[in-house]
Amino acid sequence: MSTTQTINGPAVLELHNVAKKFGSVVALTSATLTVQPNSIHALVGENGAGKSTVVKIVAGLYQRDGGEFLFRGESVDFGSTAAAKQAGIAVIYQEPTLFPDLSVTENIFMGRQPTGRFGRIDRKAMRDEAKQIFARLAVRIDPDRPADGLSIADQQIIEIAKAISLDARLLIMDEPTAALSGVEVERLFAVARSLRDEGRGLVFISHRFNEVFALCDTITVMRDGAFISTDPIDAVSEDEIVRRMVGRDVTNLFPKQETTVGDELLSVENLTATGLFHDVSFTVRAGEIVALAGLVGAGRSEIARAVFGVDNYESGTVRIGGKRVPKRNPAAAMALGLALVPEDRRKQGLILESSVSRNATLAIRKKLASFGIIRSASENRSARIWADRLRVKTASLDTLAGTLSGGNQQKVVLGKWLATEPRVLIIDEPTRGIDVGTKAEVHRLTSELAGRGMGILMISSELPEVLGMADRVLVVREGRITAEISRAEATAENVMFAATHAEGVAR
Amino acid sequence: MTVVQTPASAIIRGVRAFFGARETGILAALILVIAVTTMVNPTFLFSPDGFRDLLLTPSILVLIAVGQAMVIITRSVDLSVGSVVGLTAYLTGRLFIDVHGIPIILVFVAGILAGAVLGLVNGALVAFGKVPALVITLGTLYAYRGINVLWTGSNRVNASDMPADFLALGTNQLLFIPYLTIIALIVVLIAAWYLRNRRGGRELYAIGSDPAAAQLYGLKVTQRVLVAFIVSGALAGLAGVLFAARYGTSSSQTGTGLELQAVGAAVIGGVAIFGGSGTVYGAAIGAVLLLTINRALPILGIPDFWQQAVVGALILGAIVLDRILALRLSRKLIAKREVSHE
Repeated sequence: MSTTQTINGPAVLELHNVAKKFGSVVALTSATLTVQPNSIHALVGENGAGKSTVVKIVAGLYQRDGGEFLFRGESVDFGSTAAAKQAGIAVIYQEPTLFPDLSVTENIFMGRQPTGRFGRIDRKAMRDEAKQIFARLAVRIDPDRPADGLSIADQQIIEIAKAISLDARLLIMDEPTAALSGVEVERLFAVARSLRDEGRGLVFISHRFNEVFALCDTITVMRDGAFISTDPIDAVSEDEIVRRMVGRDVTNLFPKQETTVGDELLSVENLTATGLFHDVSFTVRAGEIVALAGLVGAGRSEIARAVFGVDNYESGTVRIGGKRVPKRNPAAAMALGLALVPEDRRKQGLILESSVSRNATLAIRKKLASFGIIRSASENRSARIWADRLRVKTASLDTLAGTLSGGNQQKVVLGKWLATEPRVLIIDEPTRGIDVGTKAEVHRLTSELAGRGMGILMISSELPEVLGMADRVLVVREGRITAEISRAEATAENVMFAATHAEGVAR
Repeated sequence: MTVVQTPASAIIRGVRAFFGARETGILAALILVIAVTTMVNPTFLFSPDGFRDLLLTPSILVLIAVGQAMVIITRSVDLSVGSVVGLTAYLTGRLFIDVHGIPIILVFVAGILAGAVLGLVNGALVAFGKVPALVITLGTLYAYRGINVLWTGSNRVNASDMPADFLALGTNQLLFIPYLTIIALIVVLIAAWYLRNRRGGRELYAIGSDPAAAQLYGLKVTQRVLVAFIVSGALAGLAGVLFAARYGTSSSQTGTGLELQAVGAAVIGGVAIFGGSGTVYGAAIGAVLLLTINRALPILGIPDFWQQAVVGALILGAIVLDRILALRLSRKLIAKREVSHE
């Protein structure tokens, strides 16, 4: 449970008790990580454990509030991504950020192109070096083509080429394999190993344990913004790692009502949208809370949006109470009794510059209008009912929605959709970013709604929430439902396992 | 690697690039307009005046369009250039009236500097205020024009107020080519060279292509955007001085509407309004095409009130064409990728 010091020079990267706060939200309490040269170091943890914050601090995007940050033995403070890059740190994000209009070569060298007389960019030297790097990586990418239209895998290769061209000593790969096929993963791993053998330090962040165990030599676990353990990979088992990642009491907080499960309300069959999700089938019954669990980016929100009709899909059907819901028609879905409380309430759920009462009645405008005109009095009357029932804490109904706390905003969004008297409610990350007290209230409310016979589909990245609330857990991994687990059988370990474990991945 | 570039293949590549380039289409359209109009009325091209007008008329707009293109490439827009031209044109006249015997070169420097300062104000508001350039420069369009009206009142500068040598710059020519055109050409060449060959130039494209990525790359986004606005302002300032020389007059309304012509020229010339692509050559040819069509339409017997509509159609056509080309290219690139993954 401690960092190991090896003899071959200073560690590439050392973080000791690094802390980071955003306003009142604590993202990191004590992150500790030591990466040796010649090593591929796995960094694992649940969603929200603080891995991304660590990456952004190392990359110079955020500045730490406390703790030590040593790069190649020297204490450093990067004020910008440029400074970190200059020092020799390269970060490869899950979704690479390239300039679509510019050529592959330019993307690799942007900002530090080789120049000759009059500051003229030496295009030939640049192109030759790009070709050399690609040859070394054994990939075939035309250096002159624009970056637009490259596959994610190729884009990552461009990012790696960038790292090589600036001779980065530390490479951080943040979930690089999430969007890759088996062959592409193997190619990436081969590249990673050869970079390691050149004496560089690599950090590999992934939720796929078989990949972690195949590639890495050391593993660090984080939980709730804190360091948990660092071990040689041979010294720990997958089960042990999962336990450390989850490791907390998961039964508090959730006042789950027992309900009688009734008729089938929502049924989704063979829903497919290329690149997002595949062959998704499930049902939600009256009085039932069904959780869609899985990792961020697994495709859960995309499924919800397609079911509600915001986004298109290629094949499959959605039925509510036996009636088919047309594609790409949220109004029709609403008429059939479907409601969607979206993930990003500030962007997709509320009009921040509008009043609470206007927001709360947005989804029932038609019903409130008489002769096409909505009177404030009827708006307020309806809003008042829901504000009271959901215990929205606001000075008045005229308060702008943007000024409410996160929890109260969420209640307003919830009220807006409940006012439509839906039969099936889809809630996407219902308690993200809201305080514990309000969280419990949202949970109580959800449970109560199910008790009254509503069917609820809940998307949540928080395992305790999933385990505490759901009657049934559907686990989504990479756009497919990989497991269906009943409330009785669901445990943190088996849900996490289904969410992270790919069968046919390259070893 | 071992791919040997033979001269022949380089030439073939060059030829292919020429015919594939967005600018070639605009150039072809320009040649077509000139050819058709000349067939209807040969003096359009084959007379000393016709040839001179062909080159002289668009020169001032070319200067402004070059600056505009640089700003649009960074995913901004500079709507204040018309007002900057007005201010600097009047400044030019005032300098000749108020400072007796002022050297002409000093007037140029003053005009360019004044334009640069006005551009700096735009750039600073955009870069530090984090407000879209469309809104900022719409504001400065009116603000600068307001200053101009306040300063000029109902005065106007007349040709008699300015030295003959200066006025000659606006109308005379070197061999067959007007001075104005030579200045515009030099500016186009320098800007094109900078955008293609200098880090700063390439970074303008990068910033326009994906501002968030530019931030992650650690590019000096603020500084570069600032420079683009300063250049746009400075070129508008130069254009203002040349306007005074060419027309021998300036009032409080000089340059009104030029900003839209400049944006139109850039868009017609293939500078994508969302930034990241296009060249100043395109913008320059776009400016020439825009004004040449304006002059050609009366000759072709098209009534006055259709002329604006034709310009509008041209801009819409250019945008639709760009969109189609972009979609086709991205489909082709994706298809290429699918094949390589088989």
